Amino acid sequence: MEKTIEIRWHGRGGQGTVTAAKVLADACLSGGRHVQAFPEYGPERAGAPLRAYNRISDHIIRMYCPVLHPNVICIADATLIDGINVTEGARDNSIFVVNTSKDPGEIRKKLDAKPEQKVFTVDATKIALECIGRALPNASMLGAVSRATGIVSMEVLLENVEKSFGKKFSRKIIDGNLDATKRGYEEVREG
Amino acid sequence: MGKIVAVTGNEAVAESLRQVNPDVCAAYPITPATDLMQRFSSFISDGKVDTEMVLVESEHSAMSACIGAAAAGGRVATATSSQGLALMWEMLFIAAGDRLPIVMPVVNRALSAPLNIHGDHSDTMGARDSGWIQLYSETAQEAYDNAIQAFRIGEHPDIRLPVMVCMDGFIVSHSIERVEYLEDAEVRNFVGEYMPVNPLLDIDNPKSYGPLILTDLYHEYKRAQHEVMTRVKNVVLEVAADFEKLSGRKYGLFETYRLDDAEIAIVILNSAAGTTKDVVDSYRSKGIKAGLLKPRMFRPFPYEEVAAALSHLKAIAVLDRADSFGGYGPLFSEICGAVMSMDGKPPMINRIYGLGGRDYMPNQAEKVLDELVGIAETGKVHTLKDYIGLRE
Repeated sequence: MEKTIEIRWHGRGGQGTVTAAKVLADACLSGGRHVQAFPEYGPERAGAPLRAYNRISDHIIRMYCPVLHPNVICIADATLIDGINVTEGARDNSIFVVNTSKDPGEIRKKLDAKPEQKVFTVDATKIALECIGRALPNASMLGAVSRATGIVSMEVLLENVEKSFGKKFSRKIIDGNLDATKRGYEEVREG
Repeated sequence: MGKIVAVTGNEAVAESLRQVNPDVCAAYPITPATDLMQRFSSFISDGKVDTEMVLVESEHSAMSACIGAAAAGGRVATATSSQGLALMWEMLFIAAGDRLPIVMPVVNRALSAPLNIHGDHSDTMGARDSGWIQLYSETAQEAYDNAIQAFRIGEHPDIRLPVMVCMDGFIVSHSIERVEYLEDAEVRNFVGEYMPVNPLLDIDNPKSYGPLILTDLYHEYKRAQHEVMTRVKNVVLEVAADFEKLSGRKYGLFETYRLDDAEIAIVILNSAAGTTKDVVDSYRSKGIKAGLLKPRMFRPFPYEEVAAALSHLKAIAVLDRADSFGGYGPLFSEICGAVMSMDGKPPMINRIYGLGGRDYMPNQAEKVLDELVGIAETGKVHTLKDYIGLRE
């Protein structure tokens, strides 16, 4: 693993992308690591494209600016691939995790991914609809990111999903999100 | 040792206020400080502190209520940002002139017009001359640590002055990062029991605050205020030494980074210093002797100590996240003041960056360092004040 892992999230307002970045930061705190999570703040509105970032490192993190060359790019809404340049600043070995029902090979082609770049897909919206009854793909995306990158174990991730969702939601919603996280982990595919 | 958590700057500072448990807090919400006070008022609602919250109709009233409560004999805190601080302006001078040790986290944000909610230092730089102590914070950890130390500093019997604790809006206030909290009991013991001085509520010994002083003594009063400020430095260092014993984290009047053997250096405040340190490292690995100085205490400004730390340099860039239209940036002016009595002053440049939250990216620091390399070689400065990170 690199000294510092930098992640860029692409999502749309209202999908829980910022929450996903926050939960991931919390989960990665384990083992004495340093973390950052921050969204790009603009006039937030449902459906508008947004970016959020994580930095995770064994060392103190001093950079206070958006991630330019992400190791991991998480795309919570595949329709964004058509609208914005999600590969901007990607490294030759970046990992893409995309929420889509499409085949990872097809997405790889669409992203025009380089040979060393890895492309993972997960139908996070479908999982969310089945587990929590709403199209909020963040929990299943987190499960998929855990599997694709290995930056955090499922056990620790689930603890933090529980902790984070537990502050606001009923037991039913928490359990739904825990299931969605597990299924994201199990159902993610590489292409 | 306390907990290690992943929290925002606002969350960390709200936690410090919970641990200090002030007597009175009067506040009015303003982005990006709203979230800080919202969290603290939840602590009040949940019975986790016994602070009396005074909800007011403006920041002017918030500071007025803080002044009243502090004069009455209470330990008082509030928080604000940008236009809120601007609206307090009149009352800031009264808090300082009455020597009331109010602690106020300020989440740095640009001033209107045009309207902008993002981070720069225009707000606190505008309050520079109000008589408040100003501490600046690079990280959420520093904001938390500074807020705790601010109570001890402001309330110190040698000075008794209000303190602003500044951190960058959104960049720190709304970003999640790793913070080490102290235990509640450690913070309580560190700040200690509040010792009121001349409280209005001591009705057996009536007194008055802020009376009329005309040409007879006003001049002397203001001179006395400056005199008090000269004592702040020692108090800040004394409190920092105690804080280091407690936390293991070291604070001074300013921080230097790879400066001792540096030939060129950037002077910069708050979060942008962090980004700059990473760039300094990359220049060091290329064999370029770069360094950094980050003021922590901006008021009073430690001129002599800063001058001594910068005296060996061949070129200095002072980066300001605030402007004085038709003048130099406020930090640049202070650094000029610091080095003016030095023999063979190093050439200096002033670069304005990041206004209204414009991202300060590593390539901006790189460009500045590249320019400094040239200035160090030739001794020639082409443009004294300029803007970086502009859209081309």
